[in-house]
Amino acid sequence: MKKFELIEHTADMGVAAYGKDLAEAYANAAYGMFSIIAEVGGFKEKETRRVEIESDDKESLLFEWLNTLLYYFDVEGLVFKRFDIIEFGEKKLTADCTGEKYDPKRHQIKRGVKSATFHMLEVDEKKNRVQVIFDV
Amino acid sequence: MPKWGGKLEKVDEFRWRIPKNYKVGMRVDGLVYADEGMLPHLLDEQALEQVANVAFLPGIVGQSLAMPDIHWGYGFAIGGVAATRVSDGVISPGGVGFDINCGVRIMRTNLTKEDVAPKIKTLIDALFNAVPSGVGSKGVIKLRAGEIDEVLVKGSRWAVEKGYGVGEDLETTEEHGEMKNVDTTKVSGRAKERGIPQLGTLGSGNHFLEVGVVDEIYDENAAKAMGIERVGQIMLYVHCGSRGLGHQVADDYIKSMMQAMPKYGIQVPDRQLVCVPVSSNEGSAYLSAMRGAANYAWANRQCITHWVREAFCRVMGLSPKEAGLELIYDVTHNIAKLEEHEVAGKNERLCVHRKGATRAFPAGHKDVPEKYKAVGQPILIPGDMGRMSYILVGTEQAMRETFGSTCHGAGRLQSRAALKRKLSGQDVLKDLEARGIAVRAGSLSGLAEEAPEAYKDVADVVRVADGAGISKKVARTRPLAVVKG
Repeated sequence: MKKFELIEHTADMGVAAYGKDLAEAYANAAYGMFSIIAEVGGFKEKETRRVEIESDDKESLLFEWLNTLLYYFDVEGLVFKRFDIIEFGEKKLTADCTGEKYDPKRHQIKRGVKSATFHMLEVDEKKNRVQVIFDV
Repeated sequence: MPKWGGKLEKVDEFRWRIPKNYKVGMRVDGLVYADEGMLPHLLDEQALEQVANVAFLPGIVGQSLAMPDIHWGYGFAIGGVAATRVSDGVISPGGVGFDINCGVRIMRTNLTKEDVAPKIKTLIDALFNAVPSGVGSKGVIKLRAGEIDEVLVKGSRWAVEKGYGVGEDLETTEEHGEMKNVDTTKVSGRAKERGIPQLGTLGSGNHFLEVGVVDEIYDENAAKAMGIERVGQIMLYVHCGSRGLGHQVADDYIKSMMQAMPKYGIQVPDRQLVCVPVSSNEGSAYLSAMRGAANYAWANRQCITHWVREAFCRVMGLSPKEAGLELIYDVTHNIAKLEEHEVAGKNERLCVHRKGATRAFPAGHKDVPEKYKAVGQPILIPGDMGRMSYILVGTEQAMRETFGSTCHGAGRLQSRAALKRKLSGQDVLKDLEARGIAVRAGSLSGLAEEAPEAYKDVADVVRVADGAGISKKVARTRPLAVVKG
């Protein structure tokens, strides 16, 4: 099964992500987001950060999850490519995110992502599918 | 992408109405500035639905407005303007956007194309090297512990006090580059962490530096007030925003407002339009943080301006005075501001959201700098990399119709993915060079996404804004050299 597909939007870009369960769909949405930012294949699994998110509902949880990962990219230059979900519920997500710090000499960055947005954001529990549009 | 099947009524050559009976919940009509030629594309995407959705906002007055560069955004359309009453209306971070105070400034010079053209390659390399750009770029400014708070409070003034630029720059910056009433505790630690290493960086996407040449002058009097004297004169552009700090402020308050909105009994048709009363605790906290982020963006553009001046003077072998590098003006195009406007014959205090829209105040307005009092506030409308940019002035018509607002740029036509299927960065580079435009870009793939084909022709956008009278053309420039982030 494919992890995610890109959604076209006039000014911005989005991803629709899938999984065998919702937790995997959230992980794949994160993978999709970093695929918009970088050639993820060129990054190694070197460093791990434990990310804990609490939110009011599953949509806000997705928004907060992705934006927290963007914070790590901005501050530490970390491009994550593996997401091991430790705990997952409607209002809580804990994950170990693994990747490598961006090094302009070795890695290719494609474009910046400013933020996930709530516009057209969807969490489909029956299909284990999530969708999000980014401000690029 | 689904076509838009809503109601759109022609008002005149440049105006179209979305009547409020189109959707239950719209409090006011939508008003779209466009001409016949723009319609097929507009109806092809969902921007007009977003104009209708914004009309749901509690306390909205006048109309939900769309400037002629309108395109599909998230929540608000890009090119959207909405004014809400401060007394009982709402403020929405979606009406400002993630890149708070993304904006553009132009400097004039004493030089002409003939002076600069022989050195253009050296110049563009010098500009590229002087200003950190691209995704993940870090600045060279080292802030003391806690100094970020000074940047948030003082904005451009912080930069000038540090030696980045001159006092006159503050006179010709919207809000003097320093919005008042900033409580720095309303800006989160995460936002500051993101902002500290990025101060003095251009960023990526559509952010740029440009060396332009005056191509046509439409209003000699207004042009003269701005120091635009002749065709062939060189101008320098800077376009960027508040970087990760602004993005984090938007994230933080979208999240907190999502929690607070139910207690105010507010419902919106798109969650990205999340909002709270302007006068609520959450509303004033957001306004405070947003102003801090706006000030950060002004400090950012001010530092970059200083390096652009240094690089330009070094390459041309001139002092700043000899080069005549004066800031014409700096405008913001992602902001919410508390302003006084006339509504139904009486003055009201409004929260004016400009999401991809520029303030367009007329001659004589108290917030227009002294040197432009007689001609109106300068408005800077950058086009795409290959085509023209425009300088306009604000009008009384804009005060009557659009809360003193107009367009901000060309407006996107094609998605990034669609473009990349058609064009490589190399193609775009070759095409621009064939047109005589020197380009330096942080990323070739980013360049492809910003190809001129991605955008509406800015000439069409400006023709509508000028034709409708919400701003008036002063001069046009075309690019000689561009640095893309």
